[in-house]
Amino acid sequence: MPVGFIGKKIGMTSVYDANGHKVACTVIQAGPCVVTQVKTPETDGYNAIQLGFGERKEKNTPSALKGHFKRANTEPKRTVVEFRNMAELAKKSLELGEELNFQDLFDEGEFVDIVGTSKGKGFQGVVKRHGFGGVGQATHGQHNRQRAPGSIGASSFPSRVFKGMRMAGRMGNDRVKIKNLRVLKVMPEANLLVVSGSVPGAKNSFVLIQK
Amino acid sequence: MSDLIKQVEEAFQKDMPEQKEKYPEFGAGDTVNVHVKIREGDKERIQQYQGTVIQRRNKGGNGETFTVRKISNGVGVERVFPIISPNLAKIEVIRKGKVRRARLFYLRGRMGKAAKVREKY
Repeated sequence: MPVGFIGKKIGMTSVYDANGHKVACTVIQAGPCVVTQVKTPETDGYNAIQLGFGERKEKNTPSALKGHFKRANTEPKRTVVEFRNMAELAKKSLELGEELNFQDLFDEGEFVDIVGTSKGKGFQGVVKRHGFGGVGQATHGQHNRQRAPGSIGASSFPSRVFKGMRMAGRMGNDRVKIKNLRVLKVMPEANLLVVSGSVPGAKNSFVLIQK
Repeated sequence: MSDLIKQVEEAFQKDMPEQKEKYPEFGAGDTVNVHVKIREGDKERIQQYQGTVIQRRNKGGNGETFTVRKISNGVGVERVFPIISPNLAKIEVIRKGKVRRARLFYLRGRMGKAAKVREKY
């Protein structure tokens, strides 16, 4: 069961590791997160912790959520995410309204999974969306067919197009998980986390850091 | 660029065993001798590479590089070095060149004496 943390993608840069190799890395502002709800088997049927992260103006918060955050004795948060087994990761029982810092949960050098929402690409053809090869020829009868999908099935049998046939359509804006990114650095004073490689989503978008 | 990213880059450069400010000033047209650390297994040795600097890119940033061109056995060779690379041991300025532009790509089309840069006195 994933346990994790909420952060914001800041951007990318590159750094040198101990072997003198250049490594592309992503900077994530992670936390501090606040426990906004504690779920227990008695009240909810299962154990879970709800974390809140990010600033949100009081006037932009629905009344129902205002009450929710008031109970946790905290400011309104931009996003809330539920994690199970969070207490095991924190190695203590978590109280409502408690503030969590990621340096207590993650160490340098360990591997984490990052979940984010990929950048939306709009309506895209099969070449970009599914990696089809296209025609590869400009002559020999290829008038405006260079990026077309080609045949999408046989004829009278089966007389239909199979489900799941890869075609053009909306691309991106999906929930994407990138597994096993190494935590290169933890900078507690600025709440920054540096992971190797790239992370889905645009700058300033929310990401989940899981392990 | 975001201040936070700059903060991260500075933090990583601070971790580096050597400070990179020690390099002498040099620019396009200068002849430099670059001492490059080469790792072979566990052993580390220094290789020297001497040539003319034909450009410096992204000055001041984390990704600053400089390109050194030389003619090796009649073949033009260009190497690009990141200035913050930990693999650079030393940069020596052999000769200051007198040039009128920042990027000396015109040297690529020239051979022999025509490819020389006048010295600055």
